[in-house]
Amino acid sequence: MTPLVEMRDISVSFGGIKAVDHVSVDLYPGEVVGLLGHNGAGKSTLIKCLSGAYRPDAGEIHIDGKKAEIHNTRDARAYNIETIYQTLALADNLDAASNLFLGRELVTPTGLLDEARMEAETRRIMARLNPNFRKFSEPVMALSGGQRQSVAIARAVYFNARILIMDEPTAALGPQETQMVAELIDELKRQGLGIFLIEHDIHAVMKLCDRAVVMKNGQRVGTVRVDEVTDDDILGMIIMGRKPETAV
Amino acid sequence: MSDFSPAASRTRRNWLEKLEIDLRLLGMIGAFALVCLCFSVVTDGRFLSARNIFNLTIQTVSVAIMATGMVFVIVCRHIDLSVGAILALASAVMGVMQARWLPNALGLGLGHPLIAPVTMISGLVTGTAIGALNGWLVGYQRIPAFIVTLGGLLIWRYVGWYLTAGQTIAPLNQTFLLFGGAEGTLGVGASWVAGGLAAAAALWVIWSGRRRKQAHDFPVRPVWAETVVMTLAVTLIMGFVAILNSYELPQAKLRRIFEARGEIMPEGYTQGYGLPISVLILILVAVAMTVIAGRTRFGRYIFATGGNPDAAELSGINTRLLTVKIFALMGFLCGLSAIIAQARLQSHPNDIGTLDELRVIAAAVIGGTALSGGIGTIHGAILGALIMQSLQSGMAMVGADAPLQNIVVGVVLVLAVWIDIQYRKRLGMR
Ligand SMILES: Nc1ncnc2c1ncn2[C@@H]1O[C@H](COP(=O)(O)OP(=O)(O)O)[C@@H](O)[C@H]1O
Ligand SMILES: [Mg+2]
Repeated sequence: MTPLVEMRDISVSFGGIKAVDHVSVDLYPGEVVGLLGHNGAGKSTLIKCLSGAYRPDAGEIHIDGKKAEIHNTRDARAYNIETIYQTLALADNLDAASNLFLGRELVTPTGLLDEARMEAETRRIMARLNPNFRKFSEPVMALSGGQRQSVAIARAVYFNARILIMDEPTAALGPQETQMVAELIDELKRQGLGIFLIEHDIHAVMKLCDRAVVMKNGQRVGTVRVDEVTDDDILGMIIMGRKPETAV
Repeated sequence: MSDFSPAASRTRRNWLEKLEIDLRLLGMIGAFALVCLCFSVVTDGRFLSARNIFNLTIQTVSVAIMATGMVFVIVCRHIDLSVGAILALASAVMGVMQARWLPNALGLGLGHPLIAPVTMISGLVTGTAIGALNGWLVGYQRIPAFIVTLGGLLIWRYVGWYLTAGQTIAPLNQTFLLFGGAEGTLGVGASWVAGGLAAAAALWVIWSGRRRKQAHDFPVRPVWAETVVMTLAVTLIMGFVAILNSYELPQAKLRRIFEARGEIMPEGYTQGYGLPISVLILILVAVAMTVIAGRTRFGRYIFATGGNPDAAELSGINTRLLTVKIFALMGFLCGLSAIIAQARLQSHPNDIGTLDELRVIAAAVIGGTALSGGIGTIHGAILGALIMQSLQSGMAMVGADAPLQNIVVGVVLVLAVWIDIQYRKRLGMR
């Protein structure tokens, strides 16, 4: 089977810092690949190359086996790549619907924004993702951390993504909301999406992911199948920056 | 939302919420009403006479038009200190265009019907071009807007100075003068028609907005609240027209008009001014800018970029091009204001629009535009301009000298922003 995504030999540096140093990862349809590593390991920078936010200094990205030209986030969206950024990337002064459709607004035949339809669509998807959500007409700055997160997730899920990038999607969530995100990931996986999941909680990784990529100081320590290793093996990789002997 | 308010104020907020009138706007209208009332008492009602209201509106137009553009600039976290200078250059270009180039160089002759439109287009193009240049320097070259436009403040007025060799240009083209205010009004009948159309449009907007919400089963205002809002809108529009219609041309001026036509003025003849063309232009600008702000992608992207530039960028918004568009629009409005300001002064003096940048920024800020970006309204900025002009002309009326006028306007500016900060704190924003 051809992988959905292949990132080959990606390098990104900021000034003198090598944030990502010759890293290769791949992702298959219906697969969840966890990205792990300490803060500053380069996880966010790596996936931002795929989402079009950064352009790598070196390396190639292949989608469905073909070389992809991703110069900006619009290009990425055209490949059905959707991203939930660590910072959420919400415009705090706008309401949920405006954020959900930001950059892809629905318009009436006269070319004006179709606010009513956008709000209706937002209500529809939020009813699925976060049934308790009510604050449709308030700016998202008035929302709780969990509510904001659900808006960001809704935006990524709404547009029929094939490749989903989730950068610490549960960082601001309580246990119940975290559970809902876990169920969502399982459901999307069953629908055949490929998901990159950046997550610090090792138990969540073991439960949700098929494979895990560990990074340290911009380099890839190794890639393992989670059912072939233990929590401690992965923790060891994160801390020591070395692949355990038992892993494949 | 709030645990600071006692029960009484909560019920008050409830019915205000039903009306869905923005509390902040209500506060500003209240402040404006207070200013008007105070001056009216002190001046024995002269301040609220039809004549003064007419003059006040005319004086506000130029700053108010530019303030609507400044809202977009500030919402997007920029600033434009060059608007007064751009206005001066646009005015200089239009001055030489109508007084020298078109009549002499092109040989159109002084009264040619093409002079006024070509002149106005030249002013609008000048403003738009300089605005676009500002936007390019800010957006693509990453020079802070403060610096670019501070430079522009020093540059453009004096480019105009060289264009006119420092001379005041007058007299101006007769058609052109119609855009200044008192020289070009619709007259009573046409003003009623315009008012009626505006009222009908307002009712249609409110009604169709309600229909749209109902179509999607969203909550709508109760019928009584809808009726109140509609009545308020119609009353305001028609009341404004009635006041402008009731201000009559001086008898001496009327007699001259009749004499010019070779007729004799009938005994007891009167004629109201009605809606000035310049005010009509402001209203059209206000409507267009409000639609842009709330109902177009362009406006949505301005607010999104002001709220979170990174988020806008990540959403695929071309924030650099957006910056060019915002400043170009600002420049266009400066050109438009130049037409009105010059026609009102009936000449192009070199100091036209001096300090307008400060008035325009103050109007936008008093009107609730946050310098931190992301927040601001068009109607707020216009109301801000009106409040400042009222303060100034009211104080002039009671005999306060210019230094005191400046001090008061300055205090009001700081006070308005302070109140705004308190208000937002209470709402738990920022
Ligand atoms: N925009 C940027 N400019 C400069 N340095 C950056 C930028 N983004 C990330 N970095 C640096 O790159 C490294 C990797 O950061 P990041 O990808 O955010 O790590 P992670 O997501 O794994 O915590 C860090 O040293 C960080 O300081
Ligand atoms: Mg990160």
